Amino acid sequence: MLPILERKLMRELRQIAGQAAAIVLVVSCAVATAAMSFGVLRSLDQARAQYYERCRFAHLFVSLQRAPEAAGEAIRRLPGVAGVQTRLAADVAIGLADTEEPIVARLLSLPERGEPEVNAMVLRQGRSVRASDASEAVVSESFAAAHGLAPGERLSVLVGGRSRELVVVGVALSPEYVYALGPGMIAPDDRRFGVLWTGRRLLESALGASGEFNELSVRVKASASLNDVSRQIEALLEPYGAADIHGRERQPSHAFLSAMFHQIAGVGRIAPAIFLLVAAFLVHTVLGRLIETQRQHIGLFKALGIGEAAIGWHYLELVLVLGVVGIALGLAAGTILGQGLTRLYAEFFHFPFLSFEHDPPSVLAACAVSIAAMAAGALRGLRAVSRLSPAVALAPPAPPGYGRTGFDRLAPRGAAGGTMRMVLRHLGRFPQRAVLTVSGLALAVALQISMLFSFDALDRMIGFYARAETRDFAVLFARPLPYVAAEEVARWPGVLKAEGWRMLPARLASGSEARVVNVTGLAHSAMLRTLLDPELAPVPVPRQGLALPRKLASLLRVSVGDSVTLQPIGSRAPVELPVARVIEQYIGLDAYMELDALNALMPGEPAISGADLAIDPRRRAEFLRGLRDNGAVAGVSERSAVLASFRNTMLRTLTLIVSFFVAFAGLAAFGIAFSGARITLSEREREFAILASLGFGAAEVGRILALETAILLALALPLGSLLGRALAWLIVQRLDTELYRVPLVVGAHTVAIAVLVVVAAALLSTWSVARHLRRMDLPAVLNARQ
Amino acid sequence: MRGENTHSVRALTRIYRTGSDEVHALRGVDLDLCSGEIVALLGPSGSGKSTLLNLLGGLDRPDGGELRFRGKDLARFDGRALARYRRRHVGFVFQSYNLIPSLTARENVELACDGAERPIAAADALDLVGLRARMDHFPAQLSGGEQQRAAVARAIAKRPDLLLCDEPTGALDSQAGVQVLEVIERCSVELGAATVLVTHNGAIAAMADRVLSLVDGKLVEARRNAPRRKARDVSW
Repeated sequence: MLPILERKLMRELRQIAGQAAAIVLVVSCAVATAAMSFGVLRSLDQARAQYYERCRFAHLFVSLQRAPEAAGEAIRRLPGVAGVQTRLAADVAIGLADTEEPIVARLLSLPERGEPEVNAMVLRQGRSVRASDASEAVVSESFAAAHGLAPGERLSVLVGGRSRELVVVGVALSPEYVYALGPGMIAPDDRRFGVLWTGRRLLESALGASGEFNELSVRVKASASLNDVSRQIEALLEPYGAADIHGRERQPSHAFLSAMFHQIAGVGRIAPAIFLLVAAFLVHTVLGRLIETQRQHIGLFKALGIGEAAIGWHYLELVLVLGVVGIALGLAAGTILGQGLTRLYAEFFHFPFLSFEHDPPSVLAACAVSIAAMAAGALRGLRAVSRLSPAVALAPPAPPGYGRTGFDRLAPRGAAGGTMRMVLRHLGRFPQRAVLTVSGLALAVALQISMLFSFDALDRMIGFYARAETRDFAVLFARPLPYVAAEEVARWPGVLKAEGWRMLPARLASGSEARVVNVTGLAHSAMLRTLLDPELAPVPVPRQGLALPRKLASLLRVSVGDSVTLQPIGSRAPVELPVARVIEQYIGLDAYMELDALNALMPGEPAISGADLAIDPRRRAEFLRGLRDNGAVAGVSERSAVLASFRNTMLRTLTLIVSFFVAFAGLAAFGIAFSGARITLSEREREFAILASLGFGAAEVGRILALETAILLALALPLGSLLGRALAWLIVQRLDTELYRVPLVVGAHTVAIAVLVVVAAALLSTWSVARHLRRMDLPAVLNARQ
Repeated sequence: MRGENTHSVRALTRIYRTGSDEVHALRGVDLDLCSGEIVALLGPSGSGKSTLLNLLGGLDRPDGGELRFRGKDLARFDGRALARYRRRHVGFVFQSYNLIPSLTARENVELACDGAERPIAAADALDLVGLRARMDHFPAQLSGGEQQRAAVARAIAKRPDLLLCDEPTGALDSQAGVQVLEVIERCSVELGAATVLVTHNGAIAAMADRVLSLVDGKLVEARRNAPRRKARDVSW
């Protein structure tokens, strides 16, 4: 090769150090986000796959009211079924010596003999329960950790209306509870929710379900079709009333994990693409300008007989050096960030083993795409190199031909408008560059808005719950009770008001679409829970028909006035009901109807299955003490705790990712603004020197730069905030799942922060250039060959 | 014709330092300038002509000696004061024209008059240099000679006390060059500016009242042209 050219290269790199650093940083952002996202994704995915394999995680999950074990045996004999586990499950209230908080546990029965065929647990401490001993329990690890529970300790469980003492014999993890959400929870709260595995007998006697099960999980052979097996199971269970049969996609823990994977993959694909776009833009402008200023060198190289390819390679090499440095930095940053993010996820997702590992194909792809993006950015410059004929290149370039532009009228007449005209004509002379800079700055604003809005969305979601649920507590009864029970509850110590409700798991269907959801019957006059329409205005519980969340209505493809089929789980008699109202709901899918109307669908006396309570905050402790030994209560949830755990979980995960992206977007903004200002400087240094020779002070010349920056910003900022909204909309669409929906809210302060960061970056860049102007060697610039 | 003394230069030195190297561009120059007088500075390249011009014009600061304009020492001016000095009192004409490409000839002149006490109207200044018909053209639309005449109009429109011309004809053919010199001469005589003309073309020096020769940063010869030749009679 040409070692002298390479020496030249290194020296030139030093001259454009600031711009080179901006390019390197933006490329490293791209590589870091890709390496981090796909590494974390692969690590989580592998951890999950291994975990599922090891524990024989089910493919199909069935819950129903009650069915005999014989039905489970029949399912086991179905072709395509590889394994079946039947069990009894119940949500129960737990008492622990160390805490006054209400705790709900999911009690799950273990088989009489051996390990579960499907959905085995991973013992982390102690041993499993002995079938003969109904007082032993294995507890989930995160719950044990939250309360410092170890084998040998005791806890009391309110089951079947009676308090039972259980001894912890083991601590375990379960693939069904990688992400552990308790009933009524919208985020994990390990202090208030745990899983307990006990022998079958305890639950059989408590539920009066000897020889029966209410949950069934099935592993399906790889060769069999899930749909076929599911249909056969449905047929076999038909005599026992409607059942909720679903695949992994609706198993809560799996679904949350998948949603998280989906998000990480989205970030991994979109963010690097945006960063690389910015990098290509920077390469395009910086290299283009470098080649412009070096046209005489290029002419000389050509005159000396150095081939075009060698000269082109020389400039490409400069870009590649930056690319390689950016990739190296990005990989290092991606590793550190990936490890950090993995540790964070390990707090919320309980895997037996989780460690960060790179995903080599994605890393390679990210590197290759980075290099390709930079080469694409260099294309125009390289074409210019090959187009220059040596004779033309050696001569000074013709002065840029300016003309009047339509913008001229904007400038005041006379001398005062001179600088304004210079700026406007310059922008009009190089519209492509102005467009690029404006788009770059707009992109930086947009990127930040698209990240920061998640805090606005979180606020909106929390505000939504605060408005929709004015109850302090909700209690779930151990069994349905008559309406008067609400009056009884209202007399409990500390309770100011109690409103009964009934919740039924039921299958809602319309055409070929069906979902199993909880249908809650609320009194028409309910005050402690409010339905909100999509505009978040309170609406009453409809007296007739169902109120469906927007998402559920769209899944079932129904709107107000259409009818849906409702079949309570365990019931054999479906009914048709009209959709009376569409409401907003951000987390989960729950349908609502009037309490009496709901009870009318069910056999027996009208009943309530729980109550919303307003309590006297000064008597909270007294209220909670009263609950502890109350056999009527199977579960309690406290609104403030639910909201707090939601807020904390979201803030912890969001803050890390969002601040990371906002920092990167700020960096990108600085890179764009800085390289724009440097290019303005190198192009117009002479003009500024002329102005200085005419007696314009540095401040006046600085004002010209500032004016140009201000015009570009004035175009970029509104564009950026529109683009940011659009990006946020895209993200909201991507996050729109059955598990949760994110509202599209872009707060004024979000826009303000994004705008301020970009304005600061632009001002800082302008200032750095203006500072350079003060130190400019005027005579040298003025007497240089034009 | 000699008017008031505008600039007085005593023992002026200027040293350029690059790393450990020192280049003594001016080694103690004494000089007085009077309004209405044309002074030609002759000398080979590297002799310090341009350095002296830059110091007189306030584009650069001396390392030693005195440089007084109407009694005030420019060496003590800060950047802001120097800019004000250039704006009010100095007109530059460069070899490479240095017009602002995004402004028309008229706008270039107007820009330079901004802040001047009693400037000549831009159109009149361009009329003086014979460019009235082309004053709304952009630099790229003007020939080299026209660009330089526009540059002269820009330099004189503020009625400068000092007109500094650095090789003003260096990039022009002789016909266009003579036209530019005529304009400079006219401005000096009619506006009474002290005019310094840097050249290494001895023929051009004939139009000056005084000719100073610089060698290695020192004035080695000063002579008076009596009478000086009219610009239109100069040829090379």
